[in-house]
Amino acid sequence: MYNPRVVDHFNNPRNVGILDGADAQASVENPVCGDLINLYIKVEDGRIKRSSFQAFGCSAAIASSSIATELIQDKTLDEALKITSDTVVGALEGLPSSKMHCAGMAADVIHKAVKNYLDKK
Amino acid sequence: MKKFIYLDHAATTPVHSRVLEAMLPFFTERFCNPSAVYTVAQESRKAVDGARKTVADILGCVPRDVIFTSGGSESDNMAIKGGALALKESGNHIITSAIEHHAVTESCHFMEKLGFEVTYLPVDRYGVARLDALEKAINQRTVLVSIMTANNEVGTIQPVAEISRIVKNHPAGRGRTIIFHTDAVQAAGSLDINVDRLGVDMLSLSSHKFYGPKGVGVFYLRRNTPFISWQNGGSQERNRRAGTENVSGIIGTGVALQLAEENREHYVRHCTRLRDRLIEGIMSAIQDVHLTGHPTERLPNNVSFCFEYVEGESILLSLDFAGIAASSGSACTSASIEPSGVLLAMGVPVQVAHGSLRMTLGTDNTDEDIDYVLSTLAGIVERLRSISPLARKSAHV
Repeated sequence: MYNPRVVDHFNNPRNVGILDGADAQASVENPVCGDLINLYIKVEDGRIKRSSFQAFGCSAAIASSSIATELIQDKTLDEALKITSDTVVGALEGLPSSKMHCAGMAADVIHKAVKNYLDKK
Repeated sequence: MKKFIYLDHAATTPVHSRVLEAMLPFFTERFCNPSAVYTVAQESRKAVDGARKTVADILGCVPRDVIFTSGGSESDNMAIKGGALALKESGNHIITSAIEHHAVTESCHFMEKLGFEVTYLPVDRYGVARLDALEKAINQRTVLVSIMTANNEVGTIQPVAEISRIVKNHPAGRGRTIIFHTDAVQAAGSLDINVDRLGVDMLSLSSHKFYGPKGVGVFYLRRNTPFISWQNGGSQERNRRAGTENVSGIIGTGVALQLAEENREHYVRHCTRLRDRLIEGIMSAIQDVHLTGHPTERLPNNVSFCFEYVEGESILLSLDFAGIAASSGSACTSASIEPSGVLLAMGVPVQVAHGSLRMTLGTDNTDEDIDYVLSTLAGIVERLRSISPLARKSAHV
């Protein structure tokens, strides 16, 4: 069902947990399937220096969140805002069609975290 | 060999070797159409009749009341549609429960499109249909009641005989017919499926749930029960279901049901013991878990739980990596991304229903299998909880 890259991010998710001293955080919940993703970011000199996530959801949701933390590493806030569902799917080298919304949630939580950071400033 | 522990027998079972052996000649040397006139074809006819007699003996009915179908779903469709349509002059109201198999539920939705009204009876927290609600729901227009014998997701056994008494003795049904159907697909091999003791007019079975082949099932239709056939084009099955008989499948069904019935006592003892070991093991090793379904009135092979703070599909995938095949009613395992209606009808909160896991045992499972699952599952749940924002303790980075 899942390719090895998705399985790897599900079995060994990167950057799991609450990020102590985070500059911003965001939550996204899918009201239909019930999945929930939290993302925490730490920003230095306009770039995302550190991030972490928590996820309640299927393996695709966990893998999408995990790879999202890798995708935003060292990105400027503008670059992070340009990450889309397709970027996440591409980085995972594909997801089953019924799981595409998980990548969408990961992209949404990135945008929301960046916006929360900008609002706080 | 890579470890493989199969705990999804409610989904399907392997074909028993003796069933396969009995079926094989009917694919090749005994291939003739049972409706044909020549002598060799009579062998096929005889074999089909023999299987029908076997099934009838176990159901406690006459052979002509047994109709072979393509499986449980077709039998359920036949019951709801064929029964209700036959009585449409007498009424337009169907009663079923909120936790039926989709084959019953969707057939009821179909009947709603044709102008029927359907009452979906509520169930209690264990998944037992509310009999007080049934009593109230039956009215002058009620023509058919369909309540499953045992639930496929949580294993809860329904008081079918008691339901039958309510349906058959209700004043609103005096002087006319209210058909009572039960989907016994999960019950065969575990429970008594004698149609008189259950008090049913129609009953559905699916062969591949009791170590028979896929694509074949049984529809029991009590004599003189109103029924309209809607698969037309041949006189097979006494004009009630057209189409050349699935001869090998029917032979397999007869042998499989016979073996299941002969083995029933042993099977129930074996599965119940493993089931209770698994349930107790999980409850003592893992916190914040809920056994779903009835604690005692449940199928001997059904172990179903909800694990809080985690999601069922990710449990399933982790179990799969460990060589364990199970299933879940979680939204994330279905194409529709909606959670199990059965759990929600039982009052399980949506978020908890998300973490559902069903393990269904079979004849080949062993104590070693249970040991292995118990040694694996707690770690899987713990790992997923360490990722979850809902868990009691969160990791920090």
